[in-house]
Parts: sequence; structure tokens; C-alpha cells
Amino acid sequence: MEPFDDARMELNRRAFFRKSGASLGALALASTLNPGLINAASRAQGTTSDAWTGVVKPLHLPQRIKRVIHLYMAGGPSHLETLDYKPKLAEMHGNPMPESITKGQPIAQLQNQKLNCFAPQHAFQHYGKSGQHLSEIFPRLGEMADDLCIVRSMVTEAINHDPAHTFMNTGTSISGRPSMGSWLLYGLGSQSEDLPGFVVLISTGAFGQSQPISARQWHSGFIPSRFQGVEFRSKGDAVMYVNRPKGISLARQRDVVNAVNSFNRSRHHIVDDPEALTRISQYEMAFRMQSSVPGLMDIGGEPQSVLDLYGTKGADGSFAANCLLARRLAERGVRFIQLYHRDWDHHGDLKSHVKGTAAEVDQACAALIKDLKQRGLFEDTLLIWGGEFGRTPMAQGSGRDHHMKGFSIWLAGGGIKGGTSYGQTDEFGYHSVENIMSVHDLHATILHLFGIDHTQLTYKFQGRDFRLTDVSGQVINGILA
Amino acid sequence: MGFSCALASSPERPLQASVSPLSTKGPEILFNRDIRPIFSEHCYACHGPDKNKRKAGLRLDQEEGAFGKLESGGFAIVRGDPGASKLLQLTKTLNEDDRMPPAKSGKRLTQAQVTLLGNWVAQGAPWQSHWAYLPAERPHPKPFPSAAIPSNPIDGFILSRLARERVKPNAEADPVTLVRRLAFDLTGLRPSPQVVAEFSADHSVAAYGRLVDRLLASPRYGERMALHWLDLVRYGDTEGYHGDQHRNIYLFRDYVIRAFNENKPFDRFTLEQLAGDLLPEAALEHKVASGYNRLLMTTQEGGSQPKEYLAKYSADRVRNVSAVWLGSTLGCAECHDHKYDPFSAKDFYSMAAFFADVKETAVGSQESFLIPTPVEKEKWDELERQKTILQKQIDTQTSELDASLVNWQLISTDWIILKPAVMTSKQGAQLRLLEDGSILATGTNAYKETYTITVQTRLQGITGFRLEVMPEPSLPKSGPGRGDDGNLLLAEFELAVAGKTVEWLEASASHSQDKQPSANLIDKKLDTAWGILEQVGQTNEVVFETKEDIGSTAETTLTFNLHQDQNAHMNLGRFRLAATIEQRPVAKAVPKEILPILAAGQAEQSQKQREDLAKYFRTQSPILEPVRTNMAAVQKKIDELKGKIVKTLISESTKPRVMRILPRGNWLDESGPEALPDVPSFLARLETGGKPATRMDLAKWLISPENPLVARVFVNRIWNLFFGQGLVKSLADFGSQGAAPSHPELLDWLACEFRDSGWNLKSLIKQMVLSTTYRQSSEETTRLRQIDPYNMLLGRQARFRFDAETLRDNALAISGLLTERIGGPSVKPYQPAGYWALLNFPKREYEPDKNENQYRRGVYTYWARTFPHPSLLAFDAPSREECTAERIRSNTPQQALVLLNDPIYMEAARVFAERILLEAAPQPESRIQFAFDQALSRRATSSEVALLKSIAQRHQRQYEDDPTAAAELLQIGERKAAHWMNKAELAAWTSVARVILNLHETITRN
Repeated sequence: MEPFDDARMELNRRAFFRKSGASLGALALASTLNPGLINAASRAQGTTSDAWTGVVKPLHLPQRIKRVIHLYMAGGPSHLETLDYKPKLAEMHGNPMPESITKGQPIAQLQNQKLNCFAPQHAFQHYGKSGQHLSEIFPRLGEMADDLCIVRSMVTEAINHDPAHTFMNTGTSISGRPSMGSWLLYGLGSQSEDLPGFVVLISTGAFGQSQPISARQWHSGFIPSRFQGVEFRSKGDAVMYVNRPKGISLARQRDVVNAVNSFNRSRHHIVDDPEALTRISQYEMAFRMQSSVPGLMDIGGEPQSVLDLYGTKGADGSFAANCLLARRLAERGVRFIQLYHRDWDHHGDLKSHVKGTAAEVDQACAALIKDLKQRGLFEDTLLIWGGEFGRTPMAQGSGRDHHMKGFSIWLAGGGIKGGTSYGQTDEFGYHSVENIMSVHDLHATILHLFGIDHTQLTYKFQGRDFRLTDVSGQVINGILA
Repeated sequence: MGFSCALASSPERPLQASVSPLSTKGPEILFNRDIRPIFSEHCYACHGPDKNKRKAGLRLDQEEGAFGKLESGGFAIVRGDPGASKLLQLTKTLNEDDRMPPAKSGKRLTQAQVTLLGNWVAQGAPWQSHWAYLPAERPHPKPFPSAAIPSNPIDGFILSRLARERVKPNAEADPVTLVRRLAFDLTGLRPSPQVVAEFSADHSVAAYGRLVDRLLASPRYGERMALHWLDLVRYGDTEGYHGDQHRNIYLFRDYVIRAFNENKPFDRFTLEQLAGDLLPEAALEHKVASGYNRLLMTTQEGGSQPKEYLAKYSADRVRNVSAVWLGSTLGCAECHDHKYDPFSAKDFYSMAAFFADVKETAVGSQESFLIPTPVEKEKWDELERQKTILQKQIDTQTSELDASLVNWQLISTDWIILKPAVMTSKQGAQLRLLEDGSILATGTNAYKETYTITVQTRLQGITGFRLEVMPEPSLPKSGPGRGDDGNLLLAEFELAVAGKTVEWLEASASHSQDKQPSANLIDKKLDTAWGILEQVGQTNEVVFETKEDIGSTAETTLTFNLHQDQNAHMNLGRFRLAATIEQRPVAKAVPKEILPILAAGQAEQSQKQREDLAKYFRTQSPILEPVRTNMAAVQKKIDELKGKIVKTLISESTKPRVMRILPRGNWLDESGPEALPDVPSFLARLETGGKPATRMDLAKWLISPENPLVARVFVNRIWNLFFGQGLVKSLADFGSQGAAPSHPELLDWLACEFRDSGWNLKSLIKQMVLSTTYRQSSEETTRLRQIDPYNMLLGRQARFRFDAETLRDNALAISGLLTERIGGPSVKPYQPAGYWALLNFPKREYEPDKNENQYRRGVYTYWARTFPHPSLLAFDAPSREECTAERIRSNTPQQALVLLNDPIYMEAARVFAERILLEAAPQPESRIQFAFDQALSRRATSSEVALLKSIAQRHQRQYEDDPTAAAELLQIGERKAAHWMNKAELAAWTSVARVILNLHETITRN
């Protein structure tokens, strides 16, 4: 079998099918190269919209969710002050961590320093009917505790921000691989006709260092760039280049787009170039985005009660505003919505900073769950809250260092067993010891909820069938409803 | 088996082979063509090169293994005996549990594949080694099917194949298409209308040949070829990880452009990049070239573990060198033996070991190498000479200094402790006065803080103040600061008397930590500070000499403001203030190591102590003040000069790090054996006469005539540039999972031709573009489309969208904005505001270039790896974090948004419109024809004219009614609009120009 890349195939299948009389043999050839093509081809014949609806046809499994909202707490929230309470640390505060636990383990900024236990800096409470155990710094989220499935046994493979983000998003810390949103778009396409299917929103808090985040985190890597995430911004153009330049009215822009499309159509008639036809549909989509994107970002039309629910005054780039935008994106069929909030890197002054950062997200997270519920979107949306890693049980001055052997996240929404928790770390909160969940497991489970077998969603690159879960990953049934 | 030439090893694949596998009887089955792909895809994961995953003792990628005895007894394959071949039994069996490949692998053979395997065994199971690892030997050119065609050997291979498949190749493209194709392919820019006109008039073979020569000689050729090479070697202007800091490396990019323009032989080009620094005659040029080894991503992220990153860097280099030169995925053997190709994990670490001598910083900023011009070098040498002379004076103890030192030791300063009247803190720290007059801070330890200490004093003629910072057991690490590490960072020491700020002469400290000198205390900047990190837990002092005496007969109020503004909670813990009324100059704070010498008294000092004291004294003595001033001035000149000298990263060889085979790639596990530099063991051996192999040996091995991969891989990529796809489709994988060559003999012929020509790239390219195959039209006939949809047979030329940079260059060229200048620091095109907002350490503002650098070619664009330029990114420009052998060519709405709305395309359209109005005859028809001629090298059709004319007229009316809109439009871009033109008319024709720049035809290579 020829290892064609799909980008070229996509081009060629248009070459195949733009005339309605594509032969059965040709179709068979296409399907041996890529099973998804038959569907893609028949769609391409039937509609002018050229929308990508994915290579996973039919779905491998029943589909539980239609979209993901990933609340990405960048910087690495301390599990010990948020979701994983360890009284032993309070008891041992100031005393050395047992060497049996830390020996031979990778260490980030605490290299060559004393490793002393550091007590939890905030008390925990039991919330809801389920009695979920959460830190007091999440009072509003506590009200939604019965919807949350808390996973306390996450592990990752990178201890510094940059590679750890890359690992969380792409399943490897080597650059150049597709991010999970890109995989999903490639697998399933998007339900949105006039917005990108993978949208990224970023907010920055006020408590601590703002770690950089690379555009690599939402890049499509070696799969075509049509699957890459598009950053929506609160300042300047909401999507880069989406606003018309000054002096260009909507009508004049329309004139230009119409003329371009008309020329491209006649060009296609002369030289029979399928890419010219695709370009026409992309110009139409671009033109629609010029109104759909500002329409989406304009939350002024939301009733005051909704703004109050989220705790935002308007589109100010805050996490709260982004949560409201996430709901609006979910309503519009966007497949993968990723909200970065990037101030969780609390090396010092953890007590006040983790509280401050938690306060920046607490109400909005709770509001998002409520709002999705009241609109009937909660059942087919997966919410994921978590960072790229956790933080050490050991003190780093008045804070905690990076930690990859045990940390916590929560999930909620479609297919998720709410009001439960899964997995445990040891009594120090150092190692995940029970029902360990790796990043690949998380990815496998997300794909599973979408109806995709993670081992079957592959893309051939440099001779190898790559997948989001690399060579591992297991669906974690224990968190599924 | 006849492996003497590659013809036998990898014959052409029949066109229909991929449609329906070969029928049961009929043509000969060939292992490489028909069987190996089945094995690779379905079997090698468990029966391939990875010895740790190998099952049943069966290895199907090598002949011995395939025909050897199984662990269970019996044989997988028995030549000519399908019945005895276990492999066939297990692929055919209906028993799901036994069937191969197993169900859990998710792979399954088709019935046709099973039959094919059976027939192969029946035919005697003839074996072949993998085509790419066999030596390339020059095949005989093919005879031409028709004598009418000029004799380019390339055409022989292509046409004979087409004839066999009974496919008629396309006719030659029309002259305009051809001249445009050639100009874009060779220089990345459109031909000028004049060149188009000339070639249209005379498109004879001779004229075409002259055109090729002219374009290959253009400096634009090097820029065009460099784009591709820079993708391969992952050139970027930033480090790539985390803070993605700037790096100095553009000289390497310029070297690449120059190398292509000078047609540097590819073997030399290879050698200079991998080992230029090791050449006996290594000149600056070669050192710059050796910057190749430094192009990888590096990190400065705090808390990164050096060993982990050194392992990452090693792997990065192995991935790149094997992808670029070997077209192999050796990087896959980091954790285990390769699954499909015969690379072992040992091969991976042996390859990494070649680079273990490259000097680099594991975590932190990389040291750049200065590349002075001859004039700069001369200046620098002169300054260094002056410095040596001055230093000698400073180092020489004279009798005059001796005498002065005796007196100096007799001076002592009386310090009077100041008693605070009021102590306040801005952020709420508690300040408490201790018995010894020192002040202790407790309670809130805010991010930043200012202490205000008010003192009433009757002292008159105060010449100096002293600030002591003192340890205290209750402070972290005993202080004197409140930082977690016991340190403090004091930004400013400010004193006001009667509402007036006191001016300082000098601030001297008994100790200052690295990069935090006491001068920072009086520089009136809150973002610089003084600290004592290395001497936490000890007392230190700063002495401040005032410019004028302070204090009169009446009581004076002194208001001290101690600003701590570092956002770091590193506020003062315990400190004390004192004043002196000694005569000037006030004795400076003396470093702690000098104090015991002074305390010993002149009579008791040892010889060593006397020398140390004298040395210190020479740094303070007024006698040497003029020398020190001169020295400072010379040093400043040197620093300034060094700041101006161009810097770049180069390879410097140092003692090689020990390279170990890391079990499962785990850098924490050092139990693996040491790996010495060596090439993959299944390829030709490296002979070094017993000496440890170096990067130079690696380079020489790559370019040796015996290396089967390098020439094939490279000519295939060049082919891709001129035909839209490679003869081997998988440009970066020549392994068993890669594609087989569509025209193996042609590939080998090109490889041999290239190698035997002395690796002459221009000659290779010329051969390609002179071919009839290249000159065909790109039109797809219905028949061609049906039988060869992927254009495997090359019965037509290819049509594809320009690369991101070419697309932009073209718009600039059409408008006349393009600046044609080679080399120099990377340039910054307009970029949406805030795109870099997520960068940190440090935060950066993107400052677009304001001069003609705005209009440079895309190859010079500043390449920020974590945030590549969004306008280029939209058109699939890679981030250059890893090797990119082939750019994807997508077609997305973002691309439309860029072409419609990016200010550079608006500006290009407007400047193009100015040209249209200025250079064309005034009738709209003439203007439109002029524009078409410029942008598309063709006449506009009457309907095209009509449509554009209507837009021009309608928009002109609109802009006349709305002059503000016209004015706003014309203001876009750095280039000022022609003020004397009618604004509404210019704006309207900008619309016409925008349409043309957005056309699919404008951005497509045909």
C-alpha cells in the first residue's frame, strides 16, 4: 500500500470525484488507501460546502459526547490544595520527606535542595450529596460536586512546563505531532459551518508568573493545517485577520470575494482545477467568519443574569468571560474548545496565590456546568479541568515545585460518572498508587466517549501509523457512567 | 540473486498493482515490490528488526531470519513448498485464535494478499534486500520511443514507461506557462513581463536553455533553494522551548543561500555543516556552516534537568541528521530497536555519540561566537593591547602606593547609629526597633514593599550614611532578607531632607551578588536592585557618600525610603542606619575578606595578607584613579564594539560527553553500555584506523560513493521541487514503510549522475528542467485522470499552490514593493498585535520593520518557533522545530482571510494600483490588461475586463461619496500613498488589485 499522506489524497480525491462519473474501480482504490474517503467523496459530490466530516466512518463505538471543553489550568495547579487532601503532610510539615519516596525521582527546581514536607495550605470540605472532598477555595464548584468525577491518580512524563504541555496536548513531548483537538477534527470533523472546529481561548490571572504557552499546543503537527486550533483573542482581531481593513466596507469586501470566486469558477472551467473550487468554498467560509466570529465574541446580548452567573462584566479576556464564550461555541457546534488559564505556577507564596487563582476560575467553572445543563448541552459535552502536572508535596520555600508522579483533574458531563472520585496517591500525595491514569489513558477515554477506538484513529507519517495515544493508553471505564 | 544494479532490486511497479493485487498466476512476483510491503505493514511489529519484541524466533525483514528454523520447530517459509510453510498456514487459517496477524493487532490480510504470498512461496520465494540500502549503480539510459524528442535521458525513463502503459504524455506547455513555471521554480519569483515577451517571441530549445542558465545564475535562485533546506535542517531565530528566546544564527541562513548561489558541491556543503569547524583550514565561513549542529531546540526553563535535556538534544540531532541525509527514521530507535528498518537502539546512540563533542549549554542561554569584520578585528586587537598596558599599571605596586597604603590603614570612620523616630511600611510589614538600633521586619512580607524611616538628628556636616543588613535567627536562613533563601533585593536607597531628595556620589558595598551591584541602589531605577545572595546569614554594609554635606545647626529631619520593588517577597529583614561626619572622601565599604587584614594591624600582617591588601588598595587608591578611568573607558569601547559585531552559534569541539545506551530511552537509567561514535551497523562500515570517529568521519561516510542513501534521498527531494512529488513519495522515509520508487532506474540514474558530476546541483536541476517531462503541460486529460490519478507515470506536469513565502514574495514583486537584498538579520513583517503576548522570559513586543526590510523576501522572515509568523503559518509554513521534508499544501478559510485582510496584501494591492494608474494608458480596459500582464502574464478575457471594470467604477463612486474610507484605505502600510493621485480612484483600483492578488491562478504554480 502506498503511504500517501492524506493531504495529497484529499487533493486527489477531489480530482477523482469532481466529475460525477467516478468509476467504481477508482472508488475502490481510494477506499483501500483510506476508508474515510468514500464518505468524503460522496459528500463532496453532493454538496458545495466542502466541509470535512472526518475519517472515522462509521464510528467504532456508540457516541456519548459531541464536544469537549477543556479547562486547561496551565502552570500546574497544586493537587494538594485543590482536589487531593493529605493530612499526613500537615503532620510531617517541616520534616524531611522519606527518602524511600523521593530517591531516584526526577526533580525540577528543587534539585540539590532539602526535600521537606509542606502542609496543605487550605482546608478541605465535603460537598454535595456525594460528599466529594474539595478544597475550601472552590466554594462555588463545591455546589456542583455531584456532577464532578475527580481523578486523583494522574501521572505524566514531563516535569517542565513546555514539554509537559506538549505531552498533555499531543501525547508526546517531541514537537511536531498533532494536538488532541486536531486529532478529533481529523477523526470526526466539526458541526460548525461558519466557525473553526477547534477553538482556543486564553486568559491570564494575577497571581504569579505567566508561563509561556506555545502555538505548538494547538498545532496540527504533521496532519493538514485545516485541523489546527484557531486562537480567539479578546484584544485586537478576535481571530487573526478576520476583521476587514479600514476603508473596506462589507459591500466592497463582498464585491471582491464575489469577483475572486467568479474568476476562480471560470478558471476551473478552463483548466479543470479542483483546488480552485475548494478555494471558492473557503472564501465563502472566510466571508461568513467575518460576521460569525464578531457575532460569537459579542456577549453584550447575553442577559445580565447570565453575566452575573459567570461573574463577568463582558468580553474582557478573563477566564469567566471565556467560559461564557465556551458555552456560545458549544452551542454553535464547535468540536474542541480549549480554555487556558495560565497562572497556576505557584513556586512561592502558594497559600495566597492558589487561593487567588482558584477564585479566578471557581465561579465560572460552576456557572459553565449550570449553564450547559439548563441548555441541555451538558449531556453531550465533556468538561475536563486540569493542568499539565501537579506540585510537589515538598516545600519550595513557601510554595511547591513541579510534580509529575501524581496529580488531580476533574471531569464532568456526557458519559461521566458524576459525584465520584477515581484513583489515589500515596499518603504524601507523591506517587499515584491506585487506579493510575496516564495522559494516554485520558486521551483514550476522551476518544472513547466520542465513539472512537483510540488505536484505530491513525495517521501515517514517515512510515509509521501515528496515533494520539502513541503506543499505550487504556480506556478508563471506572469514570464512565 | 543479481543485485549488481538497482534495476533488479526494485523494478517499476505496474500501475495497476495498487488497485488490485496481482492475480494468482501471471507475472513474476518480486519481493521488494510485492511482498515486503505486506510484511512491513502487517508483520514487522512482531517479526521485524526489534529483537525485544520478536515473537516465535521469526524475523521477516532479513533473509536468514525468514528462512530459518522457528523456535517451535518447522519453518515459516519453505521455498517452493507452500504446504510446508507455516506462515501460509497461519495466514490462511479460519481459526481466529491462531490466525496471523493476530486480531488484536487490528491488522488483517486481504484474500488477495494471502494468495499472493502463496504464489510467491510457490515460485520459490525469491528474496531481495531492501532497495534503498543497495548501492546505486548507473542504469543504462532507455532508448527513446520517438526520435522526434530531444535526447534528455530523463525522458527516456519516463517515456518508455508511458509507452509501456500506453499512455500518451501531455504536449509541451504554452510558452507563457512554461516561462512562468521555470521562473517560479528556479527563483521563486515571477518572470518580468519583458522576459515573458521575449520568450513568447522565441521559445526555441536554445532560447529555453539560455533562460534556464540565466535564472540559475540569478541570486534569487539561492534564496529559493534555501527555503527548502532551512525547512530540513529546522532553521529558526529562536530557541524553541519554553521562553523561546532569541538566538543569533542568521549567518547560517546566509551561508546556505550563498552555498546554493555559488553552486557549492553538495558533498562539500554536507561536510561544512556537519564538521566545518574540524576542517584543518577552518575559516569563519566553515565555522558559520557548522552552526548546523546548533540549530536544534534548546531550553532555558528554570528547573530543567541538564541530563534530561542533553538526552533530548542528542535525540533531536539523530532525528535530524538521519532524516536530512539518510531519509531514515533512526529517531524511532531511541527506546527500542526500530520496528520496520534494521536500525538498532545501539545505532541510535552511536549516531548521537558523533555529536557528543559539540560544546553547548544544557539548560540556559547558548554562548554565541563573534564574527568580526577585518576592520572590527583590527580595532578590537588594538583595544586589547591598550587594555594589557593599563592592566599592567594596575597590577604594579609602587613605593608611592606603599606609602599611601600605610596612611590609608590609619584612617577609620566613626559611624553614629541613627535612632528612628517613625518607622512605617507601605504594605503593612511590622517594623520593630531592637536594642542595638537595628530594625526588624515581621508580619506581612508583601510582593513589593517600601519602608520609610524618619530620623531626627542634630549632626552637622554629614558626609555619608551606612546601611547595615544583619542576620537574625527568626528570618529565613537567618536573613538578613525575608526571601525564602534569606536574601534581599533592595531597589533604591532614597533620602529626603526638607522635601528635597539627597544626591549621592557613590554607593559602595562590602559585598554584592552577581549582577546586582550596589550602584543599582542609587540609579533611580526600581527595576534594578542590590542583593547579597552568596553571603546570606552574614552582616554586610553599603556606604553612601552624599554630594553635599547635610545637617545644620537646627535639628534635621532625615526621611529614608527603602524601596523593594522586585515582585519577589525579598524584603529587608533586619537592618540598621548610621551616619558619619568624617572628612571626604568617605572611606568606602570594605569587603569582608579585607577586614581581618586591617584588624591584624600593619605589623602583624603576613606577606600574603599584605599582597592581598595592596591588590585591593590599588582598586581604590586615588593615585591609580586616572589609570582605572582609562581602563574603564577602554573596556567600554570593547563592550560597545562586541555589541556591534555579528554573533552566531557555531560548533566548537570539546571533550566528548560519555554517551550511553539509555534503556527504553530513560535518561535517569545510566546502566546501559557506552556507545562510541559509529554509523548504523547494517550499512557500509566506517574506517577510522582505530581512532575514535568524529563528525568529520560521519560527514565523509555520508558523502562517500558507497553510501546508498544520501544521493538518492537528495535527488528525490530536488525532483519533488520541480515535479510536485518525489519519485519516492515518502520524501523522509526510504525505509520499508516508505513508498517504493515509481521509477527506480530513473532515481538511480539521477543519483549516480549527481554523485559522478561532483555533486553539482545546478547541473542536476538543469538536467531536470530541460527535460520534456518537465516542460509538459499540467492539464489532466480524462484518460490520464482515470488511469493515473496520482500522476505516478508523470504523463503531465503538476499544479500546486505556492509555498507561503513564495506567495508573499509574488504579491510584493507584482506591486513593485519587493526589496531584493541578500542576507542580514531576520526581518519582521507586520503581525497582528498581541500575537506574542503569550511569550515570557522576557516578555517581548513585536516591532515590525519600518523600512524597506518590510518588503524583503519571506526567506528572511524572523522565525519564532513557538509563534511562527501567522500569515506564513496559515499557508503551511512549518514551525521548524523538527525536520520538514515536505510541506503540506492545505486550502483553508484562514488563507482567504490572510489574502483579504493582512495589511501587507492590502498595501501590496494599493501600491500595485498606483503602478496601474501610473504606467498604463488611462482607459479602464488598458489598465486591466496592464494589471493582468503584470500579475498573470496573460490577457484578460472580455468578461474578466467587464467584471473588474464594473468594480472599479462602482467603488470609485463609493469612495467619492465617502472620502474618509478612501483616506483610511490608502493609509494602510508603511509605504506612503502617492499623494498626488485621485484618492477615490486609487482606492477603487486597489479593489481591482485585491481581486487579482487573491486569485487562485495568482497563487498557483502551473
